[in-house]
Amino acid sequence: MDLDSITVMLRSFWTVWLMLLLTGILVYAMWPGNRRSFDDASRIPLKDDGQEF
Amino acid sequence: MTSATLTSGATLGSQRVSEDVRYHEDAIRLFVIAATFWGVVGFLAGTFIALQLAFPALNLGLEWTSFGRLRPVHTSAVIFAFGGNVLFATSLYSVQRTCRQFLFGGEGLAKFIFWNYNVFIVLAALSYVLGYTQGKEYAEPEWILDLYLTVIWVLYAIQFVGTVMTRRESHIYVANWFFLAFILTVAVLHIGNNVNVPVSLTGMKSYPFVSGVQSAMVQWWYGHNAVGFFLTAGFLGIMYYFVPKRAERPVYSYRLSIVHFWTLIFLYIWAGPHHLHYTSLPDWAQTLGMTFSVMLWMPSWGGMINGIMTLSGAWDKLRTDPVLRFLVTSVAFYGMSTFEGPLMSVKPVNALSHYTDWTVGHVHSGALGWVAFISFGAIYFLVPVLWKRSQLYSLRLVSYHFWTATIGIVLYITAMWVSGIMQGLMWRAYDNLGFLQYSFVETVAAMHPFYVIRAMGGVLFVAGALIMVYNLWRTAKGDVRIEKPYASTPHKAAVGAA
Repeated sequence: MDLDSITVMLRSFWTVWLMLLLTGILVYAMWPGNRRSFDDASRIPLKDDGQEF
Repeated sequence: MTSATLTSGATLGSQRVSEDVRYHEDAIRLFVIAATFWGVVGFLAGTFIALQLAFPALNLGLEWTSFGRLRPVHTSAVIFAFGGNVLFATSLYSVQRTCRQFLFGGEGLAKFIFWNYNVFIVLAALSYVLGYTQGKEYAEPEWILDLYLTVIWVLYAIQFVGTVMTRRESHIYVANWFFLAFILTVAVLHIGNNVNVPVSLTGMKSYPFVSGVQSAMVQWWYGHNAVGFFLTAGFLGIMYYFVPKRAERPVYSYRLSIVHFWTLIFLYIWAGPHHLHYTSLPDWAQTLGMTFSVMLWMPSWGGMINGIMTLSGAWDKLRTDPVLRFLVTSVAFYGMSTFEGPLMSVKPVNALSHYTDWTVGHVHSGALGWVAFISFGAIYFLVPVLWKRSQLYSLRLVSYHFWTATIGIVLYITAMWVSGIMQGLMWRAYDNLGFLQYSFVETVAAMHPFYVIRAMGGVLFVAGALIMVYNLWRTAKGDVRIEKPYASTPHKAAVGAA
């Protein structure tokens, strides 16, 4: 198989590859075990600014 | 400002932050001043060219003041001068706090970026007035100015990314993800759309490397993603920091914010072809652009829900805090204009709306309602913090600004809806012999009253911005207006009922 046909084959699966990547991200976002760390992350802006006036 | 009372029990690196952290703020103050100044300039320019459309005598018979040359001055002033300085200020402010780190490159680099970016703005505006333009919407500056902007932008990327990479917070907060996407994508778009060949190295004129329909497609790949990543992703970064900060509540759903980010990134970049419906662009590309535009409904509304629902349980703050009202109303406008946009990208709808004032109205519901309102909210938040004042000069004046500007927007977008749909219908009207029913100039004459209403909306928007300038000026001086305060205690009826 030469480089051209490999490129053509990979390109034809491009959308599948992107969908798999997106699905992986969605699973990561919804994974129950990640809830606690996301809850912590959501409070980052509310932590003390380190300056009082 | 009141410091956040919700402190986290998490161990996300906060124990390693010393108590006396002093973030870099000098350059951010400059960015805020410039944003306010360019905002007023840009709104004035927009109102003036709106009046030119209603009263052509205002072109003054001079080439330098003609509509065609002043329009890019308006669009660049509001998008790149006002919006750009707002994005620099807010991103460099929030990245330090969410990363618990000083600016990478320090105050010096930030000030270098500030002066050069604003010199670029002035040079670009002068070049438009003098007649130099690439003729590409939102990408008018000629090749030499494009190169200058590229250098500035790379320095900004180094400062922002460097700050994120040296962070003392283990997690990269979602606002920074949006800012990173904005910085990276704008760099790619700017370079991709400005691959030009100069006629000579000593002249301003250049020609695009690609030509014909490919050039048009590259331009609208750029143009739509300037909307998607400059005016949306960047300002969503502002939403994800300043709405929780002002509401003193964490974002409604952090999971939704991750989904919002990635779906937006995956979809937006494909939507550009909807600017070229019914042109020589291949049909499949038009349909692709339309399909991705319609799919964008989901992340856009997910983000809107996330922003607005951040206030759940604290809705009363909308009554007592006009700054928060600016921020939340902007998110509502974001939802409205991201509903309208996909609708207009559907080809049969586009057949009516394209090239009409409906498009202009749509852009302004996003630009005035979403971009400008969230910018006003962020500026009202930032000025007392940056100038070390306990509060704004006047919250009542913020409220007057809010209502003046809101009425201005409503006048603007309703006038453009009526005018645009009327214009589209008149263009496609046939008489019973199959001839076009209206000549072009008849459609122009029919739009005159709506042009006048639109200009009045612009006048109100400028008036609101001037109220803001006065309020910020007095705030920076340290004055506090004697006025009836907003009720800070929960009203008794609601408490009693609950």
